[in-house]
Amino acid sequence: MPKLTINGMEIEVEPGLTVLQACELAGIEIPRFCYHERLSVAGNCRMCLVHMERAPKPVASCAMPVGEGMVIETDTPEVRKMRKGVMEFLLINHPLDCPICDQGGECDLQDQAMGYGTDRGRYLENKRAVKDKNLGPLIKTIMTRCIHCTRCIRFATEVAGVQELGATGRGENMEVGTYVEKALTSELSGNMIDLCPVGALTSKPYAFTARPWELKKTESIDVLDAVGCNIRVDTRGAEVMRILPRINEDVNEEWISDKTRFACDGLGRQRLDQPYVRRDGKLEPATWDEAFAAIADKVKASAPKKIAAIAGDMACAESMMALKDLMTGLGTPHIDCRQDGTKLDASSRSGYLFNSTIAGIGGADALLLIGTNPRIEAPVLNARIRKRSIRGGFQVAAVGGVEEGADLTYDYEHLGADTGVLHSLSEGKHPFAKVLKKTDKAMLVIGQGALTGPDGGKVLGLARAIAESCGMVNKGAWNGFNVLHTAAARVGGLDLGFLPGRDGYDVEGMLSAAESGKLDMVYLLGADEIDMSRLGSAFVVYQGHHGDAGAHRADVVLPGAAYTEKNSTFVNTEGRVQRTHLAAFPPGEAREDWTIVRALSDVLGHTLAYNDLSEVRGRLVEANPIFLSLDEATPAAWGDFGEQGRLGGGTVGSTAIDNFYMTDPISRASATMARCTETRSGGQQDKTGTDG
Amino acid sequence: MSGAPETFTFTPENAEAAKSVIAKYPDGWHESAVMPLLDLAQRQHDGWLPRAAMDAVAEILSMPPIRVYEVATFYTMYNLQPVGKHHVQVCTNLPCWLRGSEDVVGACRKTLGIDIGMTTENGMFTLSEAECLGACANAPMMQIGDDYYEDLDADSTTKVLKLLKSGGKPKTGSQTGRHTSEPAGGLTSLKNLGKDEGEAK
Repeated sequence: MPKLTINGMEIEVEPGLTVLQACELAGIEIPRFCYHERLSVAGNCRMCLVHMERAPKPVASCAMPVGEGMVIETDTPEVRKMRKGVMEFLLINHPLDCPICDQGGECDLQDQAMGYGTDRGRYLENKRAVKDKNLGPLIKTIMTRCIHCTRCIRFATEVAGVQELGATGRGENMEVGTYVEKALTSELSGNMIDLCPVGALTSKPYAFTARPWELKKTESIDVLDAVGCNIRVDTRGAEVMRILPRINEDVNEEWISDKTRFACDGLGRQRLDQPYVRRDGKLEPATWDEAFAAIADKVKASAPKKIAAIAGDMACAESMMALKDLMTGLGTPHIDCRQDGTKLDASSRSGYLFNSTIAGIGGADALLLIGTNPRIEAPVLNARIRKRSIRGGFQVAAVGGVEEGADLTYDYEHLGADTGVLHSLSEGKHPFAKVLKKTDKAMLVIGQGALTGPDGGKVLGLARAIAESCGMVNKGAWNGFNVLHTAAARVGGLDLGFLPGRDGYDVEGMLSAAESGKLDMVYLLGADEIDMSRLGSAFVVYQGHHGDAGAHRADVVLPGAAYTEKNSTFVNTEGRVQRTHLAAFPPGEAREDWTIVRALSDVLGHTLAYNDLSEVRGRLVEANPIFLSLDEATPAAWGDFGEQGRLGGGTVGSTAIDNFYMTDPISRASATMARCTETRSGGQQDKTGTDG
Repeated sequence: MSGAPETFTFTPENAEAAKSVIAKYPDGWHESAVMPLLDLAQRQHDGWLPRAAMDAVAEILSMPPIRVYEVATFYTMYNLQPVGKHHVQVCTNLPCWLRGSEDVVGACRKTLGIDIGMTTENGMFTLSEAECLGACANAPMMQIGDDYYEDLDADSTTKVLKLLKSGGKPKTGSQTGRHTSEPAGGLTSLKNLGKDEGEAK
């Protein structure tokens, strides 16, 4: 391990690090613009210059590998002067528009100009002006501010995997853009806004709405997909102004998808802010007491076995626990959290988890995708697959899920969508089965699209057979069987056993029972994705935060809290228990969801035995001790799950998501997501034959 | 001037030429052929590269179009706007300027009736200013198409251009008659080389 001296301090670091990284280890911050630890080294901003003994010139520390016996000085008058020179050059063409720039207050250039800028410019010639580019509805560009660090280009090329951004022209005429004026087709494009060290790329929806120092920052968890990205919710008063990623190496590194970032304007639209009761066919505002009374009347008039409950995709563990306890108290077995009708099986926890863990993708050698398109189901997870893929020695194949030729941002082999392929894989006859067997750490990812429909259970069983026959499981600590969920609530629901009890209906059973009048009452806990027309004449209670499909069909609407408005627990697709935190209070009379169920239980005469958040969480742990281990993906033991039996032909289902930008009540209410949808579909008509 | 075409395909001969260019590079490094291919495309397409041609090159080399745009916009020898049949590039860098490139530019302006960066109405000539073209020993000089015209002054420049206008083929290289870049006032050494071989022995 090379030993070097930095500012008189001796430090020993891993070989292969750069001087900049070594300085960071020594606790010395080096100013930089182009260097980013998750991107390749460009070395073009020259801000990280340091003095190296016996070197004829200052060296760019970001691009200089450490060597034995190096002597580095980072804070001599000479170094400071060099950096001041670099800063002066950077500011030559940079406009002095900080007062009207959205990056103001969180701008690297602004911050570093405080340290290395001069109080006046010596440059009297014309400043260059660059035409702004149109990068779509999410990213606002003010290209005159660009300092050519190329972070955005490197991000698009390396992480997002869409080679659409580039630097055209040369020298002073160099411009960053797509050259052809088209919206970026990445689901991760918003991260460029964070990466941009200046105000060249800023958030379009957030433009001119707030300054960073006016915002209250709350650390939380995203629930718009099942990855459980760590986020920071920035609020001003009751309004969520923006959502930014938080670093979590095990989950999202420091990226979040565009939906996670930009759907937050949906939190302020179409909200349910007071209870409603349907009177004479019309939903009318009501008080909580009236709403509860209407429910109580119905419950009293119904046989317990004629009541059912469905938990939706964004229901927190607390509310599901409360609702399950209430339904059990009422004596009905008809509860289900799988509103998309997947045939997931809670008998073994490993049967519904992403067992390899998201970080574990980095250690895998081969990947089989079944009925899933991770690029739109979980863009951040897909970026991990891409990261592994570009390192080489990683074969990927897909069965169903994506159309042949679809761009997943990495190379893969399409094995067709025929179910026969799965059989031949499990019997080891398929050529790709040999690839999977040959590697030490092979993994498969099965999507929700493959698990819906009557054969879903058998597909799950077949996937287990493939995992076992190809040796993906039980090699040391490796478990290569992975279920990729699309709903943030699903794993939590399965962990709590929010599933049909003995003789209970599953969602499909409930819908057909309701259609034929066998159900009197259906309680929807934020469940909007079911076919409401099949609820027949059942009395529908909808508890949720948005006036979406469920609320329109409901007879009683109970206004709940969105994920930014409650302290709640979610379990991500890996089985990682994470908590959201209250960033803003729910609007109007809306309340945290578990408290609504708790209050209703009082009225129904089946009072739940918990009165505050810590008691509910105690109940969660009682139901499943997994809720004790926060922020950890606890490995699950391998077990029996899925159904045995041959599939009678047919195809493996396609991806569970049609439109990445609109998958849930929040993103459907978002104007930004609507614009994205429009751009994306319009963009396809404009294809010139060079796209994709 | 014609607008940019929607599509671009290599002629069979050029497609064949492109294949042999690509074959020069090892497997997996075919993207290196981007510059010669762009040149082929430019020659085929009247001396300039429309976007369709860059896209066609990108497709042949299966590389993202933006990577081709980056190359094409970086190098000044790729013309992204239509140019005249004769692309007149006058070097105005220091050595040529010291030797009178301003007169050369002036003669071009006068003879062609256009300013730098413009194309004549009949589409015959485009006049541009070029950075050093590496013929400083014969300054001032200009490049028309693939040919260099050196040791220019206002008169010889006008002569070259007029001849081109009338469809003639002016002599390339030095316009004062010297051989390549030999001393302008005749040889100063090795005068007898080849003539008196016997004596030299």
